[in-house]
Amino acid sequence: MSDDAAPEAVRRTPRSRRQILAAGSALVGGGLAEVIALPARAETTGGIENTPPHVPRWMKEPGADVGSQLYGQPSEFEKDVIRNVPKNGKQYTSSASRTPLQELDGIITPNGLFYERHHGGIPAIDPAQHRLMIHGLVERPLLLTMDELRRFPTESHIYFLECSGNPGFETVKQGKTASDLVGLASCCEWTGVRLKTILEEVGLKPEAKWVVAEGADAAALTRSVPLEKCLDDALLVFSQNGERLRPQQGYPVRLLLPGFEGNMSVKWLRRLNVVAEPAYSREETAKYTDSMPDGTARQFTFTMEAKSIITRPSGTQRIAAGFNEITGLAWSGRGRINGVEVSVDGGTTWQPAVLQQPVLSRAFTRFRYPWAWDGRPTVILSRATDETGYVQPSFADLTAIRGMKSFYHNNAIVPWRIAADGEVSNGYV
Amino acid sequence: MVTSELVRILALSVAVLASSAQAEGGFGFGRAPTAEEIAGWNIDIDRDGRKLPPGHGSVVQGRVLFEAQCASCHGLRGEGGIGDRLAGGQGSLATHNPVKTVGSFWPYAPTLFDYIHRAMPMNAPQSLTPDEVYAVVGYVLNLNGLVPDDAVMDAETLRAVRMPNRDGFVPDPRPDIR
Ligand code: HEC
Repeated sequence: MSDDAAPEAVRRTPRSRRQILAAGSALVGGGLAEVIALPARAETTGGIENTPPHVPRWMKEPGADVGSQLYGQPSEFEKDVIRNVPKNGKQYTSSASRTPLQELDGIITPNGLFYERHHGGIPAIDPAQHRLMIHGLVERPLLLTMDELRRFPTESHIYFLECSGNPGFETVKQGKTASDLVGLASCCEWTGVRLKTILEEVGLKPEAKWVVAEGADAAALTRSVPLEKCLDDALLVFSQNGERLRPQQGYPVRLLLPGFEGNMSVKWLRRLNVVAEPAYSREETAKYTDSMPDGTARQFTFTMEAKSIITRPSGTQRIAAGFNEITGLAWSGRGRINGVEVSVDGGTTWQPAVLQQPVLSRAFTRFRYPWAWDGRPTVILSRATDETGYVQPSFADLTAIRGMKSFYHNNAIVPWRIAADGEVSNGYV
Repeated sequence: MVTSELVRILALSVAVLASSAQAEGGFGFGRAPTAEEIAGWNIDIDRDGRKLPPGHGSVVQGRVLFEAQCASCHGLRGEGGIGDRLAGGQGSLATHNPVKTVGSFWPYAPTLFDYIHRAMPMNAPQSLTPDEVYAVVGYVLNLNGLVPDDAVMDAETLRAVRMPNRDGFVPDPRPDIR
């Protein structure tokens, strides 16, 4: 119920700035010419007293004092760029909020906008009292304080993190914005210690095959991780984008498993139990397993397969005829993005998009495609290919195999419909 | 001192430090947890229930506890509400409307002990004693027709419950879409 389905992810933010502008300008001038002229007067909705030839008000008095915000906040004019929380949830202890992907540029998700999926709320952990215990099939069980953990050699990497229910299969028509559809994905620079370093420190016994990771939250969330992953690129992370983890991302320490479904990167990590068999916890049996049409369920479906989404123009935005840059994000749990193709004719023909550097393994990759819209209704789509040659599937191809009930791991191509008036909407509808 | 030389000496001493740390079996940060510390946190229960703790509780006791501490969110007979539906749905998994519950979907009964003990009741997790968890686990299984009304659950009886969907899980075959 409270699962990632997040029944109707309803958009909370008002319509995009572009739309508000369009509306304002239509009021002033009306007509297509005004709408097309829009970009030039983009930031003028507040009136004209601060635009040329007038001297802007903010030049005629000193601004706020240095240090007036000891922790900086976005401009007051960006107050609608916020997390997207489903309305009318039955409860918000185990729920999710989405990153407003359509409002962001580049590949890094600001910490305050990182998506959330918690199963027992967000704990307020005092780092001085937090402990990480490593035990089980190890030679030397270990108890670490946060200060001790930070003394090990550290690394920083940019990786995406994505919830596997992003979006569910049965809810694809409900999403209005890019955030509603795939906002359970974000990307950060993470800093921490390789899990491998810690496992070498404690010494693995020969029977060791899995590591059961447990959170210090009210759900004591538990997932089993194959040892190969733990000895590969798994990190014990304490910082994101240069500052300590936010409570929502697992403060003071979380597991981070690049390319794996987000649920496994256990937040508020308190315990690693090295074992011979998975725990078969509730989160890897009753949940996070993918139901197939024949009634079986796929288990231990860890990898997030290649996905992409156009974030601009995207649902609820409005475009004008003429030049429009199509841009979006692509990522793959299997490695680098090799290419993204864009179709502006409903999938009949595809053209390569330009990939913005850096193109990093298991990170968001920004793509761009220059487009002159002729003003005729159409559907635009993007399709990612990763370094393994895997191509992002259509929803029809995906559901032909998996049916509509598997809920997790929907990485299908997202269509955006563009109406004659430039209004962009969910192309699944 | 020439900077490059300084860098070289620093690099050397770091390498020496690192290798001596390795030689002694590690960096040596932190300490060994006591047996008591491990026992207090070591709560994950394997699917075969080998780690189930001592204690016992009856379906009858479990019903009283469920009505007092679980029904507000899961319904009096586990039909669901704020929290998940817990009973019914057996035989529905291969239909167009699969109903996934403890009875129809969960593969291993000991996992129910593990989950309820660690996470439920949602408003007061880890507040139930092992006896209470056994009791309420028994009641949820009873709601699903998997143990009789007079059952008493303990490590042995819980291990013995065979869940209907035990063999319903398959490994990940992806990439499966070509
Ligand atoms: C305050 C509301 C609330 C109370 C009280 C509560 N639960 Fe829950 N329960 C939930 C929610 C919400 C979930 C789903 C949590 C999630 O998916 O993260 C859940 C999940 C569960 C599940 C997992 C179901 C599945 O199929 O995955 C079980 C079993 C369960 N609860 C048992 C109990 C028992 C037994 C009690 C009483 C001791 C109890 N709950 C009390 C809200 C509650």
